[in-house]
Amino acid sequence: MDMGFVLTQAISQAIGVTAIIYLLATMGLNIQFGYTGLLNFGQIAFVAVGSYAIGVFMVQWQGSAFVPNLWVAILYAILLSVVLALILGVPTLRLRADYLAIVTIAAGEIIRLLFKSTDALGGAQGINGKMGEEFYAINPFPEQDRFDFGPLSYTRNDAWVVTVGWIVIVLLLLLTWALMRSPWGRVLKGIREDEDAVRSLGKSTYLRKMQALILGGIFGTLGGVFWAVAKQSVQPDSFVPAFTFFCYTILILGGAARVMGPVVGAIIFWFLLVFIEQFLLLLISNGTITFLEPTQVGPIRFILVGLGLMLLMIFRPQGILGDKKEIALDAR
Amino acid sequence: MHRGIARLVLVLVGFFAAVLMGFGPAQAEGPSITAIVTGADKAPISGVTVNVAGPDGFTGSGETNAEGQATIEVPAGGKYTATVDVATLPVGVEVKSGPERTINVLQGDKKALFPVVPAGEGGDSGGGGGGIFSDITVDRVLQLILDGIILSLIIALGALGLSLIFGTTGLSNFAHGELLTLGAFTVLVLNTTLGLNLIIAAPIGIVISAALWGWGQNQILWKPLRRRGTGLIAAMIVSIGLAIALRYTILFFFGGSPESYAQFAGQPGIDLGPVFVTPKAIILSIIAVIFLVAAVAWLKGSRLGKATRAVSDNPALASASGVNVERVISVVWVLGALLAAYGGVFLGMTQNVVWTMGQFLLLTMFAAVVLGGLGTISGAIVGSFVVGITVQLSTLIVPPELKTASALLLMIVLLLIRPQGLLGRPERVG
Repeated sequence: MDMGFVLTQAISQAIGVTAIIYLLATMGLNIQFGYTGLLNFGQIAFVAVGSYAIGVFMVQWQGSAFVPNLWVAILYAILLSVVLALILGVPTLRLRADYLAIVTIAAGEIIRLLFKSTDALGGAQGINGKMGEEFYAINPFPEQDRFDFGPLSYTRNDAWVVTVGWIVIVLLLLLTWALMRSPWGRVLKGIREDEDAVRSLGKSTYLRKMQALILGGIFGTLGGVFWAVAKQSVQPDSFVPAFTFFCYTILILGGAARVMGPVVGAIIFWFLLVFIEQFLLLLISNGTITFLEPTQVGPIRFILVGLGLMLLMIFRPQGILGDKKEIALDAR
Repeated sequence: MHRGIARLVLVLVGFFAAVLMGFGPAQAEGPSITAIVTGADKAPISGVTVNVAGPDGFTGSGETNAEGQATIEVPAGGKYTATVDVATLPVGVEVKSGPERTINVLQGDKKALFPVVPAGEGGDSGGGGGGIFSDITVDRVLQLILDGIILSLIIALGALGLSLIFGTTGLSNFAHGELLTLGAFTVLVLNTTLGLNLIIAAPIGIVISAALWGWGQNQILWKPLRRRGTGLIAAMIVSIGLAIALRYTILFFFGGSPESYAQFAGQPGIDLGPVFVTPKAIILSIIAVIFLVAAVAWLKGSRLGKATRAVSDNPALASASGVNVERVISVVWVLGALLAAYGGVFLGMTQNVVWTMGQFLLLTMFAAVVLGGLGTISGAIVGSFVVGITVQLSTLIVPPELKTASALLLMIVLLLIRPQGLLGRPERVG
């Protein structure tokens, strides 16, 4: 273990599978919170639905005529995500921002607890098994053990997962960019700035907010699909509220209401997180730091995330790319 | 830069430097599990066999020594189950919450606590066991209602402060659960590290908590933010960051395994006809009721209490009428932290002191406050009882792990019908 290893780890995590999952969820959040001002604290629910749809359809219901292959399962995942957005949105979108936050975080927890206690969905053990064989079957990378890109080294499967992940992200970024410069996107921003004004212009803000919730939810669900396929495992306790809070940290770091905000945020967030962790572990392993145990490095990471979120929100709520005037900081 | 903000940065930097500078515990040896079997008042029980099973078919066992401890070396980190051999326990007792513990060993020694209680008292305290209709008996319903009332009191101690802080400042404080945790740990430090008896440590710890975590927090963080004109959503997100930072700071210093206070742990329950209850739970509940009644009476009756309600109603108007708004907010933070700290001690004494204790209660506290009506005083207390009793009674029909979900669902359904909450005043929204 040396400094080179620390940097390599940090770089590969900054563009790796975990960063992609968080990035997809955060891009959804950007549409909801960044552009529309919806304080959705339950983004993890959409991610969980995506992961569980793949896990249940591909493993629990293996070989059923209802789900012939992975691609259909992904379609179902998206449909379920729309259903969830409707269930979540109908009661909450008329509420004040702070109520919306509490209700969405509660809905996320209800979904996690429900999945965890339902045996047909794997119960507390979650679902483990082959999810996404079709995806790995079309891997165009030549048969060889490892692929090296500069200092980074990936297995054949990981190289394929990361490549597809970033292609999907680029496509969704283009979609976000196109939508947000359209009249539809301008209405969303209008809702964030002054909902009553938009309503007085004859637009249905309720409908637009619902559409934003659905679209952002689908992004999160795709993150969940990606999670299940990449990790081949779905664990109920991965879907805790902290996931959504991490997404908020990423979004605010990069800059809300900016197409590239989540990308910049996710890369920097994961680079720093892994770099600090690996650097501290390096210092501990070569004896420079003696007052820390390796197990205490984990908590330090989270303390830093918490402090980072606080300081960002206080001193630079617009993050790296954003504009302070465009962030929904105050709403009743 | 604003002076208050500069001070905040200094404190945060100093705090973090302190974290990094040397509070780390001593280096540990190879991974092991220490099972601790204790009876009333933490009296150790020796000669109990504890079996450990883990990954790759690992099994090991040990017998508790005179300190009630059995240390079993394990080959590597991983998920282990430690089970007390019930046949080796003294006659007429059982292990609270069942004889099995799942332990995640990382490195070093991990403790597994096995508090022993008289048979029938706490085999599954609070949970109520399985969730089948045929299990419904009058005794079980009464027991669950009693457990529910105890839980309601703990929720109310947190929810009242949460509601008051929301009412006066508009802040939805996601770090309110950590006020409970900090209170419980402050008392734990006085009790186990400094060796004060819990009866002395608890009041001192609660007062320290009110001053440090309530008044101090407001002074260092929230007051400068208000002066700066930070938006409500921004402040809410700041409180989320604070909650994460505080929670993991506690984990950093105290580790993840549940701790107990030195006194009154594993107290035997008493049989009150259809229900079992520990004497400490009765006394803690009575004190909780006194706290809550006093707080409500103070808010309704005293001059400062009236000022608090005036600020909740309309801060600008209250300020114009000569109310010192900042002073009122300071008082509210102190009161909120005081009640929450007592709630933490209550929870810690009846269950465990663990870094996630407040986090787990946060959503139920929010559910209580929202149910009762955000910002109303009596609403928070009524909401707490609805939530607490719902949580416990729901285990009659749903699995115990879903009991929190039932309260959250109740909140969402109520918001559909009555968005202002049970006791809130209607207000045009959205």
